[in-house]
Amino acid sequence: MTALKLTNICKSFGKVEVLRNIDLEVVEGEFVVFVGPSGCGKSTLLRVIAGLEDATQGTVEIGGEIVNQVPPAKRGIAMVFQSYALYPHLTVEGNMTLALKQEGQSKDLIAERVAMASRMLSLEDYLARRPSELSGGQRQRVAIGRAIVREPKLFLFDEPLSNLDAALRMNTRIEIARLHRQLHASMVYVTHDQTEAMTLADKIVVLRDGRVEQVGSPMELYNNPANQFVAGFLGAPSMNFLPAERLGGAAGLTIGIRPEHILLDGAGRASGKVTHVEKLGGDTNVLVDLGDGCVVTVRLFRQHDVETDSVVGIDFDEADSFSFDSSGARVS
Amino acid sequence: MNKARRSPLNTAAAHAILLTYTLIALFPVFVIVINSFKTRKAIFREPLALPSSETFSTIGYETVFKQGDFFLYFQNSMIVTVCSLFFILLFGAMAAFALAEYRFKGNTLMGLYLALGIMIPIRIGTVAILEMMVATGLVNTLMALILVYTAQGLPLAVFILSEFMKQVSDDLKNAGRIDGLSEYTIFFRLVVPLVRPAMATVAVFNMIPIWNDLWFPLILAPAEATKTLTLGSQVFIGQFVTDWNAVLSALSMAILPVMILYVIFSRQLIRGITSGAVK
Ligand SMILES: Nc1ncnc2c1ncn2[C@@H]1O[C@H](COP(=O)(O)OP(=O)(O)O)[C@@H](O)[C@H]1O
Ligand SMILES: [Mg+2]
Repeated sequence: MTALKLTNICKSFGKVEVLRNIDLEVVEGEFVVFVGPSGCGKSTLLRVIAGLEDATQGTVEIGGEIVNQVPPAKRGIAMVFQSYALYPHLTVEGNMTLALKQEGQSKDLIAERVAMASRMLSLEDYLARRPSELSGGQRQRVAIGRAIVREPKLFLFDEPLSNLDAALRMNTRIEIARLHRQLHASMVYVTHDQTEAMTLADKIVVLRDGRVEQVGSPMELYNNPANQFVAGFLGAPSMNFLPAERLGGAAGLTIGIRPEHILLDGAGRASGKVTHVEKLGGDTNVLVDLGDGCVVTVRLFRQHDVETDSVVGIDFDEADSFSFDSSGARVS
Repeated sequence: MNKARRSPLNTAAAHAILLTYTLIALFPVFVIVINSFKTRKAIFREPLALPSSETFSTIGYETVFKQGDFFLYFQNSMIVTVCSLFFILLFGAMAAFALAEYRFKGNTLMGLYLALGIMIPIRIGTVAILEMMVATGLVNTLMALILVYTAQGLPLAVFILSEFMKQVSDDLKNAGRIDGLSEYTIFFRLVVPLVRPAMATVAVFNMIPIWNDLWFPLILAPAEATKTLTLGSQVFIGQFVTDWNAVLSALSMAILPVMILYVIFSRQLIRGITSGAVK
């Protein structure tokens, strides 16, 4: 069963085209992440799915039903926003119950749902507080709770972790993954952070300038990117791109090679000067300047003593590299 | 403020300046109030002296209460001011919400059209307004004044409030829509409470000109039953003789209601002025 189906979605604001011909299917129970740089139209796409914006063209189907004309509240969706968007005048409980009260659900059902959601998110002690009396992480949990109590057909998350600090972001990310396993719900999650995309997604949709660049599982995209943009966007540190000529290849092509696939080797394909070393404990990142503005990042596992300003050679296995033509399309 | 910048000298200087300003601002009010309790002779002989046992007199207040229906004027002023403010805030906020929130054809044009009223004084249209009021039979009703003042206050109200409404988080309104709130509920329950400081600012700026206005009451509602306080007080100011006791007493009493309204709005007002400056 498909939870969500987008057919040829286009959206323009006046003359500015923000979304172009987006086709997409989300299977029931799937966790789909839209990822792309800021301003590429992720939030706009999510708002079109939610019904907060009308698509200029195309159809949105949720649970097998075309919902283009259905108002947001009746689409069977729930949304979690980056800025939490809690109602400042209501308590935590009031925030979570508002939608159910609007739907006219019975008191028992509302109480049961709130109990379940607050237990899941450890919010039991905060039900009587107002949003202003909560920390950022708690507010975001309330926002997630507000979505859970509705038991929607589809969850929509718009960069829910962006306002949290690093430690909290990781915890909340794990919590969202756990919720997905417990609820078996279909989720669409928007982020510009490739780590979130890689760790959470069953399926990643990479967007650029309102277009879908590639769709696939995280490892498919990582191992087999369709173009230079996807290759460079996923993975941290990001993939190195070198003109093929530098490595004795054909003119006009670009070679892409991930930092962890490069070896520091005296008799390598190219050599350069170490400009910077980042020691992270588990990994060591070495920046090597090959001259002519070509800087490659080499990721070594564990700890290595590499001197800055020393000259090193680099080498890699041909099978681990990708090549792209001048338009960025993958050649091999 | 951090400690380093809070030297006693600076604090003293700041307070001295503020106290001086307060004295200058309050002095005329003070003079009016003390003179309203003096005999006519004492007012002219020593205008700055406090009332003493010889010069104390409540003749001004007695005249005011005897002459004309002072309480009625008072009530008229109050009705006109409060109703006008209510309508300015209600319609101003609704129009501002529409302009800030919805994309429709002619949105910008409509905003400019509404803002035009800020630049063109409504008094230019007095003759036309009077003709309209005559045609609709609204002359000598409080309704005429309320309508005119509402029209007069709306442009600035829309202009200021729409700026503030644009700052209300889109996510919050969208969360409301997803939870099934109607646009009216979103407006009244989510947006209005968040722009309350701005609304208080608009209310205070509109309140005093309406309360003090003489022009429109004189032209549109000069009848005895619809006189406002400002117009009613004019009977004491003659071309040749002015009953200063009565004028000063009437003015002293006219200050009170404005002050009460101001106190109601001021807490919000201060927040409005400092919002953005202090997060
Ligand atoms: N209401 C709007 N009016 C005009 N342009 C908009 C509006 N909303 C978004 N945009 C434009 O659409 C583009 C995509 O925005 P958005 O979907 O918020 O990006 P993302 O969430 O991927 O960062 C941006 O260039 C933005 O300027
Ligand atoms: Mg966004």
